[in-house]
Amino acid sequence: MKDDAAQRHILPLNLYLAVGSGLLVLTVITVAVAQMDFGQMNLLIAMGIAVVKATLVAMFFMHLKYDNRIYMLVFVGSLLFLGVFIIFTMFDTLRRGDIYEEIAEPYQKEAVIYRTAETGTASSHAAADSSHNAAETETETSDH
Amino acid sequence: MEHTIPEKHYLNEATGWKSWLMTLDHKRIGILYMIMVMFSFFLGGVFALLLRWELISPDKILMGPEMYNQAFSLHGIIMIFLFIIPSIPAILGNFVMPLMIGAKDVAFPRLNLASWYIYVIGFCFAVYALFTGGIDTGWTFYTPYSNETTTAVIPILTAAFVLGFSSIFTGLNFIVTIHKLRAPGMTWFQLPLFVWAIYATALIQVLATPVLGITLALLMLERVVGIGIFDPAMGGDPVLFQHFFWFYSHPAVYIMILPGMGIISELIATFSHRRIFGYKFIAFSSLGIAFTGFLVWGHHMFVSGQSDLAAVIFSFLTFFVGIPSGIKILNWMATMYKGSISLDTPMLWALSFLILFSIGGFTGIVLGTLSIDVHLHDTYFVVSHFHYVMVGGTVMAIFGGLHYWWPKIWGRMYNETLARIAVVLIFVGFNVTFFVQFIMGTQGMPRRYYTYLPQFQGMHGFSSIGALIMGVGFLLIGIYLIHAIFKGKPAGPNPWRALTMEWETPSPPRAGNFEGAQRLTHGPYDYDKVVPENALKQYKTL
Ligand SMILES: [Cu+2]
Repeated sequence: MKDDAAQRHILPLNLYLAVGSGLLVLTVITVAVAQMDFGQMNLLIAMGIAVVKATLVAMFFMHLKYDNRIYMLVFVGSLLFLGVFIIFTMFDTLRRGDIYEEIAEPYQKEAVIYRTAETGTASSHAAADSSHNAAETETETSDH
Repeated sequence: MEHTIPEKHYLNEATGWKSWLMTLDHKRIGILYMIMVMFSFFLGGVFALLLRWELISPDKILMGPEMYNQAFSLHGIIMIFLFIIPSIPAILGNFVMPLMIGAKDVAFPRLNLASWYIYVIGFCFAVYALFTGGIDTGWTFYTPYSNETTTAVIPILTAAFVLGFSSIFTGLNFIVTIHKLRAPGMTWFQLPLFVWAIYATALIQVLATPVLGITLALLMLERVVGIGIFDPAMGGDPVLFQHFFWFYSHPAVYIMILPGMGIISELIATFSHRRIFGYKFIAFSSLGIAFTGFLVWGHHMFVSGQSDLAAVIFSFLTFFVGIPSGIKILNWMATMYKGSISLDTPMLWALSFLILFSIGGFTGIVLGTLSIDVHLHDTYFVVSHFHYVMVGGTVMAIFGGLHYWWPKIWGRMYNETLARIAVVLIFVGFNVTFFVQFIMGTQGMPRRYYTYLPQFQGMHGFSSIGALIMGVGFLLIGIYLIHAIFKGKPAGPNPWRALTMEWETPSPPRAGNFEGAQRLTHGPYDYDKVVPENALKQYKTL
């Protein structure tokens, strides 16, 4: 019954246009914000705007706001599980070497990643960091 | 009171191989699954016996190190992906669950048949891998080794990937069935506990299995085109694979054990002739296990180079898994307390489950303790713990369930004496095989080696004798169960005097399950209010 009602639910054209222009405005903001450097906040701001846009699409264009609550539950539930996976994995990947400092030789010295690291730009610095961690875990797991 | 087999039932209403391969009847699909899954169990068992044979002495008897790696990998992969994950949901869930809720079939019969065909395709990929280089990564496919070995990794990953979809389809089907097709009047709290367990399992199947699919797909991409997700040479992280893998595979342990717990609830209530104690606690603890099971995967990675913070968090959370399992065990014992217990074969399996699963559960707490696990990791202690949970738990439950519902499935009873002998053989053989492995583990015997130090000779030999006893026991079960299909005494509709709905229809049931629409007249465990009809035998109370 409820499902049928939801399917027959037709939203006024104006609402679609409003949501659509809202999305466009947010896109402009994304582009504008990308021109400025907020340091650590860069990612947070970009992701924040993206989340708002995705929510608008899901709620209005995909009718989640007017559907049976169970669909909302499934949708939010799946996001929650994704969140659990990513956050718990980050407990690991962001905090390696907390107690013992990690010292590792590069795993494959000729690997592409180390070549980019030598050019010394900001992005390759991060890459060198992660390869540092990865090389460490490699030496540990190879014991088993 | 003598019973006869009804003239028309689902087994003879249509004939010919086509009527089986194109069937949409959940009962027949359950039997199709039974044939494939039990054949896989046999295959995995053969590998197990080969492993124990090799381990009789530290010398090379049958296999060298490479062959041994292949044998334990295949034992694990076959037993996990082809046997234990599909076993209870696909065989007994398919056959019994719709009957239990008074439905004519599952919600999507075609999807149900499709899931069986997908299983068969996965099975074929596994067999193909077996003949084209085998596999030597263990069932966990850890990187970086799985990225480098020359064995048939891609076919076996494809097999596990495909089998995952079979599992998802079954889970989806069961969720919809339980939501939509319950008999009029049957509320959620009048569902038999087996149905609750199948429901919780189905939720995990649908939520977790896609992650396995993604993981295996990433690993295949890594191998074929080198995308560099897990390869440290390209900035990847091999430990990330373990996160992906265990995010599925720890919950998958509950896909394996929860339906078993559901069977045990049925067996204990029926054979204690008593209202189940703490119905809601048992039902919700299934959901509790399903949920907490998603938060503990890192306990497999304490020595994998995972950060110390993550290890501490995962160890802490792991202890919470013990709570819902403990609730179940205590409620089962409270159900038995002052019940009139009859020790028929299914109940003997249930009692074996209680003992063995408790040992498996407690040793799990031991292994979940971070500081202890650093020492016990990758020793026989882990091997033994895992087998106490999976064989002592799930396999005891599935054989208990098969013995319990065998008369419903085929309409005929097996030889009770032989069946009791078989339970004793399995119980004794199992403990002989695995108990010494706890001891070897604490003394530092590492897993996954074809050889060992001479000091372990005695215990390894003892363990191998146990495996032989189990082998004989399972062979015996195979013989008398198959014999019962053709020559067993007709069982009648309700041989165990149980109150759940599947016993209200003739054995074997008609193709449409029930005559007319089924209505709920009493709860599944109202032993204090209703006397079961159609009882074949009178029970002596003990
Ligand atoms: Cu686990």
